[in-house]
Amino acid sequence: MSAAAVKKRTFGVIAEFGSAAELYRAAERVRDQGYRFWDAHSPFPIHGLNEAMGLKKSHLLEYIPTSFLFALIVRGKPVDFFTVPAFFPIMFELTILFAGFTAFFGVFVMNRLPRLHHPLFDHAPFARVTEPRGFYRYRIGRSQVCRGRNFGVSRRDRWPRSNGAL
Amino acid sequence: MPRPAMVENNRSMHWITNLLAGIPERKAPLWWWVAIAVTGSFATFGVFCIIYLLWTGVGVWGNNLPMAWAWGITNFVFWIGIGHAGTLISAILFLCRQKWRTAVNRSAEAMTLFAVMCAAIFPAIHVGRIWMIWFVAPVPVPNWIWPNFRSPLLWDVFAVSTYFTVSFFFWYLGLVPDVATVRDRARGRVAKFCYGLLALGWRGGHRQWRHYEMSYLILAGISTPLVLSVHSTVSFDFATSLIPGWHTTIFPPYFVAGAIFGGFAMVLTLLISSRALFKLHDVITWNHIDVMCKITLLTGSMVGYSYCMEFFVAYYGADPFGRYIFLNRYFGPYWWVGYWMFIGNVLMPQLFWVRAFRRNVWTVYLVAMCANAGMWFERFAIIAVSLHRDFLPSSWQMYYPTWVDIFTFAGTIGLFLTLFLLFIRFLPTVAMSEVKSVLPEADPHHYEPLPAKIVAMEETQA
Repeated sequence: MSAAAVKKRTFGVIAEFGSAAELYRAAERVRDQGYRFWDAHSPFPIHGLNEAMGLKKSHLLEYIPTSFLFALIVRGKPVDFFTVPAFFPIMFELTILFAGFTAFFGVFVMNRLPRLHHPLFDHAPFARVTEPRGFYRYRIGRSQVCRGRNFGVSRRDRWPRSNGAL
Repeated sequence: MPRPAMVENNRSMHWITNLLAGIPERKAPLWWWVAIAVTGSFATFGVFCIIYLLWTGVGVWGNNLPMAWAWGITNFVFWIGIGHAGTLISAILFLCRQKWRTAVNRSAEAMTLFAVMCAAIFPAIHVGRIWMIWFVAPVPVPNWIWPNFRSPLLWDVFAVSTYFTVSFFFWYLGLVPDVATVRDRARGRVAKFCYGLLALGWRGGHRQWRHYEMSYLILAGISTPLVLSVHSTVSFDFATSLIPGWHTTIFPPYFVAGAIFGGFAMVLTLLISSRALFKLHDVITWNHIDVMCKITLLTGSMVGYSYCMEFFVAYYGADPFGRYIFLNRYFGPYWWVGYWMFIGNVLMPQLFWVRAFRRNVWTVYLVAMCANAGMWFERFAIIAVSLHRDFLPSSWQMYYPTWVDIFTFAGTIGLFLTLFLLFIRFLPTVAMSEVKSVLPEADPHHYEPLPAKIVAMEETQA
């Protein structure tokens, strides 16, 4: 082994087993030794390895509606296809909720907000832009903040007045 | 006929800013301290009642079979209904381009939030074992069982929490430009820092406004079906059951109309008070109060129609239990509840047919207070009075609230008013940027000379 390879950080330890049964027994031993960050790799899913590895059932299963897979019968009400409308209210509310998230967070993302400071705030009179008195006074400054390539120092002095600023 | 001015006495934009942003800048007036001391005490005692309830058990309330739902759920429906006026004003009237809403939407939305907070308390503490409340959340852990998604009670959890979240977004988005104004005017370091954080760096650039207005429009668009769905969902708690008096198809529209009616009564109560206390007469004008009275009249009459239709359907429906429950509502031992709700919600608002009554502080206040009480009694009539005589006459009972019942409800009133007092003290009570945007001067094609007062002011500064 070359010196460069040894210098690399060790990722982990790997071992090979001849059969599913051997892998299963090894998994039980590793589980009992208390290791947490490890896995067993195989070409097909080995049933029973959940328990051997100390894993719980996949949570994915829980995301399938209650009434079809694990019928939760309440007060003898039906659990067949015709109960689908009973799921509408929550789906409707969630639609609204996620649309609300989009509208509310979207406006701040598109406006590059929130931010704690902005170069415009260094210009003290800019504080009056949110005030109507400032609105008259800074009408131009408000609608055409001058940035970009064509904006030179010499033009800065002239253009607001030539455009009707107070 | 020219439209009435949104802001009276030709007030300038600067005057509006000074008036509204001035409230958080000045010291709190004496009445504010007195008011918050009283409401805060009630809220605190309400917290004590809740702790006592959680410590001891739901038995400290007057609930007993057959009235397993009594005051607690009455209060829940009462509070959640009040919120609806805020969303109607902010969303539906926005889509209808009702410019007058700008003067009242901010405090109405705040009222919505505080009312929903008060409402959420009741079902939460009603569950009995409060430490199991997380069962209503769709957390897929306990016993591999989901909450029952087909239960109207769970629909309620989703509807109310969505309602609170989206209402908060609406309210806060509207606040951002106004808080930026307060930030820019703030003198003290603490105020500058706090309002600066809340304003999120808002600069009022048009590139920001165009996204802002689109977001506002979207929120209004999605809040409109939301507000109609929330109280419909609340009504499903009752309508999907088999209890006579609950099992009716008219409930969703009936509840929504009642919610908007009760909410407007509360908006009128709060706005007339804060208008007088902060001298907002030029911003919240008689024209604003007039249109709100008209909506109260309209929705009150819709509620009256629902009462009558319920009665008719009970007569026409050939269900002896249903017939009995509606006769019992008006002529049984709780006849006075039925009369309160009918007089307070249907008859009193009819005063608003007369213009003079819509423009008199005392009649408006009287009708609003009658409606506030009437809407509470309506919910009591629907919930407790329908339950107290169920199918089995041997279990019939009268309901008597305990002191815990009474002071928990009083506590939520205290909490609601405390939050509202904090709101009008520390945040702009009226949406300044929106009021300004509906003034004639906001139109870029408006070239009338400025009022003399402003011109003089600008000259002295130059």
